[in-house]
Amino acid sequence: MNTQSTNIRVVVTGLGVVAPNGVGLKAFSNAIQKGVSGIRFFKELQALNFSCQIGGMPEVSKELKNNYFTELELKNFNSTGILYAVIAGMDAWKDAGLNCKPTAVDFASGTVFGSGNLGVDKFRESILNIDAGRVRRLGSTSVQQTMSSGASAYLSGKLGLGNLVTSNSSACATGTEALILAYERIKAGKATRMLAGSTSDGGPYVWGGFDALRILPYNFNERPEKASQPMSASASGFVPGCGAGALVLETLESALERKAPIYAEIAGVALNSGGQQNGGSMTAPNPEAVQKCIKEALNDAQITGKEIDAINGHLTATTKDAEEVLNWSVALNRTGANFPYINSLKGMTGHCLSASGSIEAVATVLQMKEGFVFPNINCEKIHPEILKIVAADCVPRKLVKQPLRYAIKASFGFGDVNACIIFKQKNNDPR
Amino acid sequence: MTQDKIYQTLETIISTYLPEDVSNKTITLQSNLTSELNINSSHLVDIVLDIEDAFDIAFSNDDMQSIQTVGDVIQLIESKTT
Repeated sequence: MNTQSTNIRVVVTGLGVVAPNGVGLKAFSNAIQKGVSGIRFFKELQALNFSCQIGGMPEVSKELKNNYFTELELKNFNSTGILYAVIAGMDAWKDAGLNCKPTAVDFASGTVFGSGNLGVDKFRESILNIDAGRVRRLGSTSVQQTMSSGASAYLSGKLGLGNLVTSNSSACATGTEALILAYERIKAGKATRMLAGSTSDGGPYVWGGFDALRILPYNFNERPEKASQPMSASASGFVPGCGAGALVLETLESALERKAPIYAEIAGVALNSGGQQNGGSMTAPNPEAVQKCIKEALNDAQITGKEIDAINGHLTATTKDAEEVLNWSVALNRTGANFPYINSLKGMTGHCLSASGSIEAVATVLQMKEGFVFPNINCEKIHPEILKIVAADCVPRKLVKQPLRYAIKASFGFGDVNACIIFKQKNNDPR
Repeated sequence: MTQDKIYQTLETIISTYLPEDVSNKTITLQSNLTSELNINSSHLVDIVLDIEDAFDIAFSNDDMQSIQTVGDVIQLIESKTT
């Protein structure tokens, strides 16, 4: 399948982000260029006997909340996933120069805003009430705060979106998948503009299952900012995170017509699954499918691997990082010093789960717009298996200032699902 | 409890749920909660919970069905607090 069968070109015109190391585009851009970690220690996790007592969680003040929600909306509100999504989504909409106070429905604009699970704290609150025989005390918003389409539902109301309004879910591939689904909607001529993004709650009830899987680092509770080490020789597991990222996608025609800022163009996309075969499983990717997904995205963009300037990997800081780098190398057909730059945001934010793809896509597009490659932090010693594939210089440990023509981003999720997107620099930016 | 006292407490509760373009000055005993004060019908559930907390009473499902106006609510509260 090639999505280039229509003449519609799709560009990114707005960005919004709520990340552990920066809330808002400016703070986030500054943090990723400086290599600032957003990983913190949580007393609550210690009290609950978690092995890993650290995580990445955005800090959202009461004042900031009040800019996006009415007092009434915040009454009995207890869904951080929706909070992050609304801030990131509305920020992206505003950044694109669009109206955040609609007076009429806009049938040309929609949203795909995904989540892994949503409103977990609200759900817990409800469950405790129900188990105590107090179901009638749940209040009126327990459904809207816990339904998996909650983020898109809140956003569509705030922005007056009248096209497709939905929420996708594909574990840690959710964010990148949301972008691709939104892109395909526009490409198919069915929408002019789509708000694409994803969100994830955080905290013990989201992170507990991963702690139980023993895949989180447990020796860094006293030095949280050092814990997440993608591609490092001493990587010892992923640090759980949360947050939201959002991108406004629209037709090039519409962007030019309304003189919108253009960050980048989407050049090609691919989605697939390894079917949990050939080494793939519920929790591990089938390498054949990963390589196929990357190759399909290249094919969709009608470019070859040698045109890629930077890779933003999934790279969670587990033993699978070297395998991922090998998959990139095979799919792009590049090795050694000929390999493009590769980085992982997770060193700074932890693994934001269903929000990771969209937060990392925001970082990738910012890199392209501003001409830099952010540093891989906590990677003083690169994993020896990775150094067998690529030269050390391709894994920048310091900020690299360089224009990027093509940047590629992939996310992989439980269930053996893969998503890959290629961004292309857009030069005729009217801003 | 006097009707005045009940009204004061109730007015504070109801004001929380009024749409931004409806002033609490428009609240009268005859005001219909949903059709005149434009309160989202799902918020009637929250108003009832707030009333239950404020007056330490409980509303049955039938009680909730009977509520139309501010006056209806006051009557119900009176019947449960005396």
